[in-house]
Amino acid sequence: MSIIQIDQLTKSYRVYQKKEGLAESVRGLFRREYKTVEAVRGISLRVEPGEFVAFLGPNGAGKTTTLKLLSGVIYPTSGTASVMGFVPWKRDMEYRRRFALVMGQKNQLWWDLPAQESFRLHQQIYSIDRSTFDANLSELTSLLDVQKLLGRPVRELSLGERMKMELIAALLHSPDVLFLDEPTIGLDVIAQRNIQQFLKHYQEKRQITILLTSHYMKDVSALCQRVVVIAQGILQYDGSLSGIVDSFSGSKVIQLQLGIDQSKVGLDRFGELLKTDLPRVSIRVPRQNVSRVLAEILNNYVVDDVAVEDPPLEDVIASLFHSISESNPESK
Amino acid sequence: MQRSPQNEFLHAWATRWMIVKTALAEKLAYRGDFALGTLMRFLPIITQIFLWWAVFQSLSPEDPNAGRISGYSFHDMVAYYLLTMVGRAFSSMPGLSSSIAKTIRDGEIKRYLVQPIDLLSFLLWSRVAHKLAYYVVAIGPFALVFFLCRDYFTAGWPDAMTLACFAASLVLSFALGFYLEACLGLIGFWMLEVSSLLFVYMLLQFFLSGHMFPLDLLPAPFDTIVNYLPIKYLAYFPAAVFLGKIQGAALAIDMAMLVFWVVLFYLLSRWIFAKGLVRYSGFGG
Repeated sequence: MSIIQIDQLTKSYRVYQKKEGLAESVRGLFRREYKTVEAVRGISLRVEPGEFVAFLGPNGAGKTTTLKLLSGVIYPTSGTASVMGFVPWKRDMEYRRRFALVMGQKNQLWWDLPAQESFRLHQQIYSIDRSTFDANLSELTSLLDVQKLLGRPVRELSLGERMKMELIAALLHSPDVLFLDEPTIGLDVIAQRNIQQFLKHYQEKRQITILLTSHYMKDVSALCQRVVVIAQGILQYDGSLSGIVDSFSGSKVIQLQLGIDQSKVGLDRFGELLKTDLPRVSIRVPRQNVSRVLAEILNNYVVDDVAVEDPPLEDVIASLFHSISESNPESK
Repeated sequence: MQRSPQNEFLHAWATRWMIVKTALAEKLAYRGDFALGTLMRFLPIITQIFLWWAVFQSLSPEDPNAGRISGYSFHDMVAYYLLTMVGRAFSSMPGLSSSIAKTIRDGEIKRYLVQPIDLLSFLLWSRVAHKLAYYVVAIGPFALVFFLCRDYFTAGWPDAMTLACFAASLVLSFALGFYLEACLGLIGFWMLEVSSLLFVYMLLQFFLSGHMFPLDLLPAPFDTIVNYLPIKYLAYFPAAVFLGKIQGAALAIDMAMLVFWVVLFYLLSRWIFAKGLVRYSGFGG
């Protein structure tokens, strides 16, 4: 049975519309205009136990709102959801003991105390027995390599170190489901990779179910077998990461290494020239023309090396998001 | 895992104790600032004593000690003031309302919706820790001030029964102060900024709790009105109990009223919290 089931979930907010200027501010004191923002517009989804699923989408797409709904922080406008058999927004204590939510930089640690003290409090709050707590803590701290930092006040830790402590705090009670909202936001490349490696290792070992939102394609490609693209509050794609390229990109990129003294003249008739850094040239070509174009190029030019690649994932996603917002101009 | 009610009870108290310990550790992280801040609160005593001396001096220039204001001599007034200091050491809740409003505004409140922990009891027990830390630092200065001013307590020590009522009124005033300010802070669910509301409350409290002057100094009908308000239990009431101004049936009624107010504001805070969460969860999060 699916561990997470979402059916036709919607969430709309009413936000106060303030127009510019003092006169409008004064008017706003008496009569307020509200606008309804539909953050999530009918999402249905099934997640199986042990899956690591990424939510991709532009800012304001409804990813975080979905995570908030699933962790019970907000109520839906309509639709149903169940996580491990619980209705999240009923906030059952038993449910709260079995999942965890990590939201970017939101701090669940005591700022002026060493992380160790926050962990002890967590042990008590989640009623984790001593031996499990000790085992979990030593496993998590050694995986994240923060044993030496446990006694240092949290305020003195770097952003990356703090994020690691947040993850430990979230995982001490061995949750079955973990919601991660932008876990690597603002971190440097090394810290990002550390956290990715940790999540991958931990998820494979414990087989917990993780839903992750991220803007970093590296996070997603390193971690998730399954990607869900949400934009405009609607589920746009659900499948493998490489599948996105197949479904949303109608083109391929031909990389050429031209022979000595070859000019690029005439190459632009085959497709869009992406890069010309002679002797290297890359051309974007519609998928169905690839073989014909390749044959023609090889016939007419001296080519030392050739490769046909998918366009970079970031580009595909960027143009996907762009085309979604183009097709739906009434929202931002 | 299912737990028996007995275990549930033990677990709840162990959690409260853990919160107290952690909050104490946090308070002691800034021990220098904390100790200094605590000691600074004793400074107003000196200015207040001089102020009352000046008042009594203008009243009867030949012998200020003989003057009376509504039955209070200068000595009584100083004794009263020192006792309200003790009362406020229990009932004042610096920063409670604003920190609740901030927790809501910054979205930190999510933590209390996601983790198996209740915001109000978490705040209550960290406040207990803050108060304990405060008493440890303040007990020395308090003892010194009371020793130096021992002659102002002209009636001497009250009897054991009065002392017990005094102690009970202090503990209850802590609870009343906590739930009153918690209610104010929880209004942050509806208003982004509660500081002006707090300002009004602080102003009212300053005059109507008896912190500035004994409430029986107020002319009619204000003395009657104030007598029915909960605010008087924050400073005036404990001091009046200690000084033996309220006795017998009146004392019993007042104690019952104090318990009533504590229960009322406890229930009110729970109700506002529940309503606020519904609004928060519906609105945004």
